[in-house]
Amino acid sequence: MTGAAFGIGRIHWQWLAALAVLLAALPLVSETNTPILLAVWALFALSLALMWGFAGILSFGHAAYFGLGAYTYAIASVNIGESTVPVLLALLVPALVAAIIGAMMFYGRISDVYLGVMTLVVTLILNRFMNATAGDAYKIGNARLGGFNGIPAFPTLNVPGDPKMEIYGTAYYYVVIACLFIAYLVARWILSSAFGRTLIGIRENEIRMELLGYNVPAYKTAIFSVCGAMAGLSGCLFANWAEIVTPSVFSLGTTAEVLIWVIVGGLGTLIGPMIAAVALGSLKLELGHQTLVDNSLVLGAILILVVLLIPRGFAPSFTLWRQRLAQAQVHRRQARGTRRRRIALQDVKQ
Amino acid sequence: MSEPVVETQELAVRFGGVLAVDHVNFVLRERELRCLIGPNGAGKSTFFKSLTGQIRGANASGRVLIRGQDTSGWSTHQIVRLGIGIKTQVPSVMNGLTVAENLWLSARRTAGHDGADAVVEEILSELELSAIARRLVGELAHGQRQLVEIGTVLANKPWLVLLDEPAAGLTNVETERLIAIIRRINQTATLIVVDHDMHFVRTLDSLITVFHQGAILLEGHAEKVLTDPSVREVYLGNRA
Repeated sequence: MTGAAFGIGRIHWQWLAALAVLLAALPLVSETNTPILLAVWALFALSLALMWGFAGILSFGHAAYFGLGAYTYAIASVNIGESTVPVLLALLVPALVAAIIGAMMFYGRISDVYLGVMTLVVTLILNRFMNATAGDAYKIGNARLGGFNGIPAFPTLNVPGDPKMEIYGTAYYYVVIACLFIAYLVARWILSSAFGRTLIGIRENEIRMELLGYNVPAYKTAIFSVCGAMAGLSGCLFANWAEIVTPSVFSLGTTAEVLIWVIVGGLGTLIGPMIAAVALGSLKLELGHQTLVDNSLVLGAILILVVLLIPRGFAPSFTLWRQRLAQAQVHRRQARGTRRRRIALQDVKQ
Repeated sequence: MSEPVVETQELAVRFGGVLAVDHVNFVLRERELRCLIGPNGAGKSTFFKSLTGQIRGANASGRVLIRGQDTSGWSTHQIVRLGIGIKTQVPSVMNGLTVAENLWLSARRTAGHDGADAVVEEILSELELSAIARRLVGELAHGQRQLVEIGTVLANKPWLVLLDEPAAGLTNVETERLIAIIRRINQTATLIVVDHDMHFVRTLDSLITVFHQGAILLEGHAEKVLTDPSVREVYLGNRA
């Protein structure tokens, strides 16, 4: 290609393979409960990183699709009695809802802060609604929504087609890790496709892309829906991990956390927000064991520090630092070469 | 005389109490080069935007026909897909992407994923941008950015090119080069050029439409228009 790489580096397969081996070996030395949760959060962060970092769509209400994935799975699995169809529905329902909301916003030319407010309002409405579903009237088939207490007992993941073969513990850990890797590769594939490059163009200048003949609202709706599905999958995996779904999946806290992960990890990268989700998620879990400092306070302080000190976030700053280091090395090598040539020239003259 | 490729019938644009485009009837024919001139606030750019669907809905009335198709109410991307390239008044480029990436995005829509690279190469060499192909557009000088935007317009392979103030902020050398490029484009495409730089417009030596207070004041060749007392008065006031 004519130098048109769109800032998307190639996949370092050797690093990916090494990471896969490490993660595959992790259950040999550690419990899997916490790593499962961290991987679910990494997947959730990936979904927002793709949408915000590459399509420029800032949603303050990404938790809506996470929560919809979780609730859809729980409701469907109670009614169906096994997990295969509920998992598919947990992808489809958030994708469909995101497509409808996205189409309304993007064809309605809503953008910037208005878009942020609208997505936030959707999440808050879902949160309020789910909290108000305590009565017997709030049933979908056999599934009682349960209001504040949520849906506590539903069939968890099983081998497709065999409801008796439940997937839990280490096996579930491998399923979540596989989902994370697949989602990452799908995101990379999207970005390397013409569709992904068009999204990057839209992020850079929506009006120019429209003037080039691209149907900008359609592209934005499509990626909003894809990322809604990805967030839905993370919600579904979370529901299977927690074995209970409550309205807290739609909370402001959930929405704020994923935004912080993406900002700290670095906008415009996929790996940065995933690493930030794991690192900040671990920190949150550690802080949860003590009562001295509120963990939201610590997360907020980290966010402020990152915004002030490394506004690009960790991953882009690290890349920039490596590039500068490489450039400095090249300059040093060139300077050494020039000095040697000068000395050689002086020797010849003498 | 060839068939009209762009035609407006009673086109009007109103912003609140201001009639920015006042029931304009305009005709442009195949392979024509037309300059739209007029002082600031004459309605040139508003007229230009209403041709391309950037202003539509309740603000606009009348009809816009492009190759006989009524495009009134169409969105910008639908109108562009008829084969139109648009350069805006303020350079509208993707600053965070390289020159080649800007051109690629334009070429990709018409030439496809596989054919885009060849079109990018062609435009880079035609506009002598090869040396800066890998530089971020946001880092370039104004003149280079103008050229990149023209490049994105051409990479779409349009039959109708609309250039809004392409010479704004260019040096004399860059303007001369732009004139050569416009002449080259005009060998295969129809052009509308909006500008108020009289020297630039005179050099293009085309049919000129003069806008004043949202309406067409006069149409004719450069010599006639630029010496017309009413045009001089519009531009310079009674001092002329």
